[in-house]
Amino acid sequence: MVSPGPERILLDGVAKTFVMHLRGGARLPVVCGVCFSVRAGECVALSGPSGIGKSSILKLIYGNYRVDAGRVLVTAETGTVDVASASPRQMLALRRTTLGYVSQFLRTIPRVGALDIVAAAAREDGVAHQDARARAGDLLAKLNVAHRLWHLPPATFSGGEQQRVNIARGLAARRPILLLDEPTAALDDMNRATVVELIEARKREGAAVLGIFHDADIRERVADRIIDVTQFAPGA
Amino acid sequence: MKALHAKGQPLVSDDRPLLRAMGLSKHFGARVACQDVSLDVHEGEVVAVVGESGSGKSTLLALLSTQLLPSNGSIDYRMRDGVTRDLFRLSEAQRRYLLRTDWGFVHQDPRLGLRMGVSAGGNVGERLMAVGWRHYGNIRAEAQAWLERVEIANDRIDDRPDTFSGGMRQRLQIAKNMVTHPRLVFMDEPTGGLDVSVQARLLDLIRGFVSDQGLAAVIVTHDLAVARLLSDRILVMRQGRIIESGLADQVLDDPREPYTQLLVSSILQT
Repeated sequence: MVSPGPERILLDGVAKTFVMHLRGGARLPVVCGVCFSVRAGECVALSGPSGIGKSSILKLIYGNYRVDAGRVLVTAETGTVDVASASPRQMLALRRTTLGYVSQFLRTIPRVGALDIVAAAAREDGVAHQDARARAGDLLAKLNVAHRLWHLPPATFSGGEQQRVNIARGLAARRPILLLDEPTAALDDMNRATVVELIEARKREGAAVLGIFHDADIRERVADRIIDVTQFAPGA
Repeated sequence: MKALHAKGQPLVSDDRPLLRAMGLSKHFGARVACQDVSLDVHEGEVVAVVGESGSGKSTLLALLSTQLLPSNGSIDYRMRDGVTRDLFRLSEAQRRYLLRTDWGFVHQDPRLGLRMGVSAGGNVGERLMAVGWRHYGNIRAEAQAWLERVEIANDRIDDRPDTFSGGMRQRLQIAKNMVTHPRLVFMDEPTGGLDVSVQARLLDLIRGFVSDQGLAAVIVTHDLAVARLLSDRILVMRQGRIIESGLADQVLDDPREPYTQLLVSSILQT
């Protein structure tokens, strides 16, 4: 293993509670006291039972969820941003340049084909239209998405096919930070192996990878460190 | 300078907002339609304003596009010459010129944005003439090109929009707005009242224009799925005020206000 590079993600005392106004203001604490960091070139896996807040931590870093307490420092080439206090514009810039995120499920767009979805993500890297399509095609081919599906909108694809399109989209732009939410959940062994190779390639390129891997084998293979999220459970 | 993002922003090219509204209020007699609304719109940014009917969304859009004068407040706009001006200090004629050239306004009801008795080509050509185009052949060719881009068949250029379907009228309205390459487009429920397949085609078209042209847009919609698909940021309006705002996915995935939680929980899942 290459020795890890500079710190890319640092969570410090992060807490999140949902307040459910439709249920009489019930408070639903998700995580508290979250502290860890991820360096360039390493892969850190979040582990723990379902519902413990693993996905929530990724969403707190990507900015889908607002941070109630603590700091979420993300280091981009241009400097360090605290996601907890970043403006929407700073957050959008961070997503365009620094943060990659593979969500659990593909959000399809009406009328847009698989290749175009992936190519649009590649274009965020600043590559020209044709190069973006070439990069997208290369990823779809590596992930065994059948060529006949490339120009179809993925809404009607199987779960596994959608997930592979989603991974291709998440990897199309080469961001210094990669957040992965169960990228292999619906995949067969061959496609899992491909995803593992793609993640390892990203690590070698210096990306900081933070992921949730349901499959213990995969986790052991790609992760340099494992963080048990149970320790961040409120009241733990 | 790096590339465009999928929804179109150049990477922080100019940190000054394109449009800045400050403390906008509008009263109709005792009724408050809009109360103390402040917002920024940056170049290439798509802002969705969501809320129920009667929340003040359309009034806000009319104020921002200066079609309605506010009871209070002001709007600064950075014009093409780079100078930021107070819109309500411009003359009526200057504001109209802005609306016909640098801005677009897409109405929910295309009959408000089109001249129904004038041919499709004439509707698009009119905007070109407003910015000084005079040569008939050029105007017609440009109109033709824009009709093609919005998927209206060549042989319909001389037909009047009252012979068009609802979806075609809406696409024509968009072509008419886009032909002058506006920097800012206001849209009032652009997909309201259309069949879902027609709506999907229209959304696809709007997404394309936003990303290819780096348009800024303010889109009023009650449809949160439309807001998620098109916008970078969401503002939630209720009773004339902005009660919550943030990144589009943040407002939808982690709504904070009781009213926003109610809106989000009311989305139909498919």
